[in-house]
Amino acid sequence: MNESDDSTMSQHPMNATSPDGVDCDEAVHALYHYLDGELTDERRAVISLHLDQCAPCGSAAHFESELRRIVADQCTDRVPQSLIERVAAAINEEERHGN
Amino acid sequence: MEFMAPLYSAALRMTRNASDAEDLVQETYLKAYRSFGGFEQGTNLRAWLYRILTNTYINEYRARQRRSEIEDVEDVEDLYLYRRFAGVDGTVSPSAEEEVIGAIHDDAIKSALESLPDTYRIAVMLSDIEGFSYKEMAEILEIPPGTVMSRLHRGRKALQKALLPYAEATGLITPVSP
Repeated sequence: MNESDDSTMSQHPMNATSPDGVDCDEAVHALYHYLDGELTDERRAVISLHLDQCAPCGSAAHFESELRRIVADQCTDRVPQSLIERVAAAINEEERHGN
Repeated sequence: MEFMAPLYSAALRMTRNASDAEDLVQETYLKAYRSFGGFEQGTNLRAWLYRILTNTYINEYRARQRRSEIEDVEDVEDLYLYRRFAGVDGTVSPSAEEEVIGAIHDDAIKSALESLPDTYRIAVMLSDIEGFSYKEMAEILEIPPGTVMSRLHRGRKALQKALLPYAEATGLITPVSP
């Protein structure tokens, strides 16, 4: 990510209204990148801590990741044997004529 | 044949019919075979095959089955489904979650996914089903990473909206006050 990551800048006190320094809007905004594994380690730890401490955000993260899991699980189709044979035959044919 | 199962599933979601999906997979393997000289050893073979699959679909199949590409998700908020099932404390109980997720069976997911416009559908598939990173997707789709993220964000919202009728069948929906 292109976020500036100047550690001298991040030493100012955390947001007093939230013990972990992250508000819920920010956590929800980061949630997809979090679930995609696209956050830096440092950022990941911050969001992870918020999800552990905030029941609604933690519940939302669990729901989203379960939803994603079933989408991935249920979109796998069996390859017809005829297709495997057809592709193999087409490549053999190509091999015989080519080069 | 390596990667054929996921490629075939992806082709089915793209073309929405078995006969076109089989042709698309065959064409992908033939093109890969013919241009294998252009494949750099040590780079990502799986991503390379998806790039051929996606380009072939877009160039040769998409035009034939063009549907409405307009899907307005501006009014769909983040966590669209979750918010519909959250109770007053802002959480969804584990039992409600299990019931809602369980109601979204495979046919529901396939038809919801297949109802999305191509650009959103392909982005969601590559990420949520195939597990490609933003960087890999940017290479497969030949678009900047920022565009990958925005398509993915919109695509996921559109998918959740399309799944709502199935989730609603549980009767667990939180009534929206008028």
